[in-house]
Amino acid sequence: MATAMLDAQTLDEPLVIAGRPLRSRLLVGTGKYRSNDEMVQAIEASGAEVVTVAVRRVDLDRTREEGVLFHLDPERFLLLPNTAGCYTADDAVRYARLARAAGFTDWVKLEVIGDQETLLPDADATIRAARELVADGFKVLAYTNDDLITALGLEDAGCAAVMPLASPIGSGLGLVNPYNIRTIKARLQVPVIVDAGVGTASDAAVTMEQGVDGILMNTALAEAQEPVRMARAMALATEAGRLAFLAGRMPRRERAVPSSPRKGMLD
Amino acid sequence: MTTMTAVTIQVNGDEREVPAGLHVAALLEHLELHPRMVVVERNGDILRREALDATPVEPGDRFELVHFVGGG
Repeated sequence: MATAMLDAQTLDEPLVIAGRPLRSRLLVGTGKYRSNDEMVQAIEASGAEVVTVAVRRVDLDRTREEGVLFHLDPERFLLLPNTAGCYTADDAVRYARLARAAGFTDWVKLEVIGDQETLLPDADATIRAARELVADGFKVLAYTNDDLITALGLEDAGCAAVMPLASPIGSGLGLVNPYNIRTIKARLQVPVIVDAGVGTASDAAVTMEQGVDGILMNTALAEAQEPVRMARAMALATEAGRLAFLAGRMPRRERAVPSSPRKGMLD
Repeated sequence: MTTMTAVTIQVNGDEREVPAGLHVAALLEHLELHPRMVVVERNGDILRREALDATPVEPGDRFELVHFVGGG
C-alpha cells in the first residue's frame, strides 16, 4: 500500500442488499428539504445510491412538477419507495403495490406505524405485511424497533434487510441502545441498516462502530442548517465508523500508558 | 357542457366531472398529468401502464392517482 491512497473500496467491501452491491453504506431520504435544489445537492454530497421516496396522492390543484421524479434521475439512484404513514399491514401492502406499479423497482421500505405520537412501529403488523410482500415478489427492507425478536421475525419472513431504529423517527437523539443494535447485528444473516434517529455526524460514526451494515437518515440532513455540508459530514462519518469497526478499537483502560519509551531518558 | 357529454367520477377523494367517453390515458391528459409520473388505482385495482388506453372511464369510477414525493 505504501503511500497509495487508501479509499473505502480498498479497505471495505460494498454493502450488498438482495444481491445488489451499493456504492455507499449511507442511505438517505428526500423529505422535508427547504427546496428541491437543496435536496438534490445534499443527496449528491451524501454519496448515497439508495434514496427513499413516499407515495402520495397527486395534488390536482398544484403544479404538476412537484413529484420527486422531476428532480431525481431514477437511472442514477435506486429510488426506494416507503410505506410511511401506514398504520395497518393492509395499507402498507397497498402502498407497496402502488409504488411497484411505477415501474422502477420491486424494493420497498416497509414501515407500519403503531403509535402516532412516538411513530414507533407495530411489530406484528410489520411482520405480517413483510410475509405478504415477500410472497408477492418484493424485496422488503423493514423498518423496526431495536428488538431482537422482531428482527428475527422479519428475517424469517424473508426480508432483504432489517432496519432497526437508533431512536424515534425525526428525533435526532442518536443511538440510544447500542447493546440492542449489536445484539441484532450478531444474530441476523441479512444486512442490518439502522434507520431513524441519527442527529449528527458523531451519531453516524458511533452507529457504524457497532458493526451494522449501513445507516438510513433523512431529518438529520434536511433539518441541518446547511444540508449539503451535513450530507458530506455524514458520508465521512459513516465511512469513518465503518472503518473503525473493521479496524477494531484498542481496549478501554482506566489508567494511562505512555506512548513513548520509558527507557532512554537522560539523567 | 351537458349531462350527455360529461360523467361524474371520483378522483383522489373529490367528485369531478370529466368528458364522457375517455379512456384512462386520456383522463390523465385531461388532468394534465404525465402517465409515466403517475400510478393509477381504479376502483381499488392498480392499472398497469399498458392498460391505461384500453380501460374506459365510467360514471362513478373511483380513481386514486399517486406519485412519488419526498419522504424518509
